[in-house]
Amino acid sequence: MKILYFAWLRQKIGKSEEQLALPAGITSVGGLAVYLAGLGPGYAEAFADVARLCAAVNQSHAGFDAPIAEDDEIAFFPPVTGG
Amino acid sequence: MSTTIRIQTEPFDLAAEVAALSAGAGAVATFTGQVRGEDGIDALILEHYPGMTEREIARHIEEARRRWSLGGVTVIHRVGELKPGEAIVLVAVAAAHRGEAFRACEFLMDHLKSSATFWKQERRAGALTWVEARHSDGLAAARWKKLDQPR
Repeated sequence: MKILYFAWLRQKIGKSEEQLALPAGITSVGGLAVYLAGLGPGYAEAFADVARLCAAVNQSHAGFDAPIAEDDEIAFFPPVTGG
Repeated sequence: MSTTIRIQTEPFDLAAEVAALSAGAGAVATFTGQVRGEDGIDALILEHYPGMTEREIARHIEEARRRWSLGGVTVIHRVGELKPGEAIVLVAVAAAHRGEAFRACEFLMDHLKSSATFWKQERRAGALTWVEARHSDGLAAARWKKLDQPR
């Protein structure tokens, strides 16, 4: 799967995107967030407070309970601030 | 009816955008957002999620078209570095009558603020800070769920 990070998540993690095989047992956006938080200090900081985060699956806003699959594009980002 | 969505770094020409929309329309409502020159802000730096941003804006334009009878709709949002006083966003809506044009323009702007995937940093004296989302922007979009049911 392709995972994208925006704004301060991108800065904390140190990359804007990465390819990852769907980890065993991970079935939802929230499960993926917990998994990613364990990948290193930058990830842990980025995902420390998931209540501050939003997500998208295949370029549509999604809740943390949304299901995910191997060929999905998943994005994590803070609440939007355009306009 | 034509829909135009552009995410761009360069400035836009309000008069040209209105002229492109207005043929045959009784009304064109436009909203232009500008960078506020408050609190010693030197610049805003904007990024977005290419692809999703355009999809989100298109989704809201489709919803506006279900609610109101509209002519052309243009949404332009700038990204990159913007200075105080520069125009950052344009929403322009053509319709037969002013009520539809005004309402659809506000509807699109409220939803753009609450769901289009843009993020802003402010630069003050060389230091960058991420702008926090405002709860009131979410409320502004949510009130459309109660007001103005489709007709």
